[in-house]
Amino acid sequence: MQSKSTLAFEVSKMTKRYGEVVAVNDISFSVTRGELFGFLGPNGAGKTTTINILTGLARPDAGTIGIGGIDCTYNPKGAQHLVGVVPDESNLYAELTGFDNLCFCAALYGMRKNERQERARELLATFGLIDAAHRKFANYSKGMKRKLTFAAGIIHQPPILFLDEPTTGIDVASARKVRQIIAALHSKGTTVFLTTHYIEEAERLCERIAFIVSGRVIQIDYTADLLQPVKGRNILVLSISNSESGISDEIARAFPGYQVQSTNRGEVRVESTEQIIVGPLVRFLEERDIQMTEARRQVPSLEDVFVRVTGIEAGLMKKEKEKVRGEGNL
Amino acid sequence: MKRWIAFCNILVKDMRTYYLKPPNISWGIIFPVVWTGMFFIKSGSGLESILALLPGVMTISIIFGTTSVLSVTITFERRSRSFERLLLAPISLELLMLAKTSGAILFGVVNVFVPVIIAAFMANLSGIIWALVIPAIFLIAIVSTFFGLFIAVSVSEVFEAQTFSNFFRFPMIFLCGLFFPIMSLPVFIRPLSYILPITYGVDILHGAITGEHIMSLTLDFLAIGAFCVVLFMLSLSTIKRKWIS
Repeated sequence: MQSKSTLAFEVSKMTKRYGEVVAVNDISFSVTRGELFGFLGPNGAGKTTTINILTGLARPDAGTIGIGGIDCTYNPKGAQHLVGVVPDESNLYAELTGFDNLCFCAALYGMRKNERQERARELLATFGLIDAAHRKFANYSKGMKRKLTFAAGIIHQPPILFLDEPTTGIDVASARKVRQIIAALHSKGTTVFLTTHYIEEAERLCERIAFIVSGRVIQIDYTADLLQPVKGRNILVLSISNSESGISDEIARAFPGYQVQSTNRGEVRVESTEQIIVGPLVRFLEERDIQMTEARRQVPSLEDVFVRVTGIEAGLMKKEKEKVRGEGNL
Repeated sequence: MKRWIAFCNILVKDMRTYYLKPPNISWGIIFPVVWTGMFFIKSGSGLESILALLPGVMTISIIFGTTSVLSVTITFERRSRSFERLLLAPISLELLMLAKTSGAILFGVVNVFVPVIIAAFMANLSGIIWALVIPAIFLIAIVSTFFGLFIAVSVSEVFEAQTFSNFFRFPMIFLCGLFFPIMSLPVFIRPLSYILPITYGVDILHGAITGEHIMSLTLDFLAIGAFCVVLFMLSLSTIKRKWIS
């Protein structure tokens, strides 16, 4: 049990409905000061709704919320000075320059002119945007927009930072930069609440992770503890040419020590606590005229834990999210 | 102090971004001039009709100056989600919306002096009671801005904001006594005039400029003040219900 003074924020029995849809269903969790907490779940799981409620953009139908020791259930404005938000879409002013956008966001938190100009220059340098400082936000690339939106979220140096899918849809180098900045903020003591569908990102960055599916938190634990059940397990993924239904059951019957599962990507996943020998599996498939194009060993990861706990295939979750973004950008 | 830094910067940003743009400035000048010319020519009564037309033209300048930009920009910011930035700021919703509407109010007040300056060259304005005209201008600017705000928070799309604005604005020109006395309207239409806030502002202007008004000035000030409060509170309540629900 954590003492109230060490908590950055706390959610208790929170529920949110939109008409018939229960977006968030009786969830409870707390985040300690300085913690980097991950919120993992598929599209529509309730991640953004949770952030919206915690930051004052939506009201819960039931439950209580406390941020920095302030009861925000009925007073959503009460703790907004403690909170920074990087939303899942870049939402700065298209007609303002990068520098002016940051100065304007700083002014919203009451920062004085010299202070906000100095901070804006510092952040533009941190995010590698100095050369584009006086270019209109509308003319920024997608990656630059995400980085400037991130900078706007931390312009007032908030002790608690909410990040909603901060690296989605940006290039590898920009995503890497953003992850470095998240790690740096965390090391300086900022409490970070990160929603992402990149499981490897959560595994790499977060100290503690919650899995949320269909509005319910189904597991919360330290990342190391979540990985415990898959530690020491061996995984072999077979790509096969004609993955007829029932092949995984056949393999499981023929090799009783293996746990076998078909994926939607024409792959068969074999898992065991013992060493998996490839040769007998290849012969078994050849006898049934099934051609194997690839066999690769995998190190057990958080993705395996996520699949086990939620029953949702992580690859599909990522594709689904990117498809939604693609449609949104049309 | 911090709240006022936020307030001033929202106001300045809106003025720079939306109001002080060439299309708005020229529109704010051309529109009142065209309306003045149209009614002046139609009246056919020479320069002596300038004073009688002035309250109506001033009011049109304010209504179109305040409602046109505000209802569109708020809807646009809401659609592009940049309005969320404002909702996340640690300032009260009341102060935030006052900051968002102050630009429109100022723009409306500045707009009104275009027909006044033109009229000064064509008629003798020495009989005007400016002590009544100035507060009336501010109240008309505030009430029509809050009317624009109410439209902006009641719709979802930019085109709806424009359509709804015109749905109310154009009938108001004929129903609020701007150019035709309310008493000359058919009896069954007159109640509509009295539920429109601009009617009371126009009555004050007529009283201050031509000396002819149909209601007591105290009632006019109280009524338009009450409309300001009601429209602002309704807008806040709609924002809380629809945008922070």
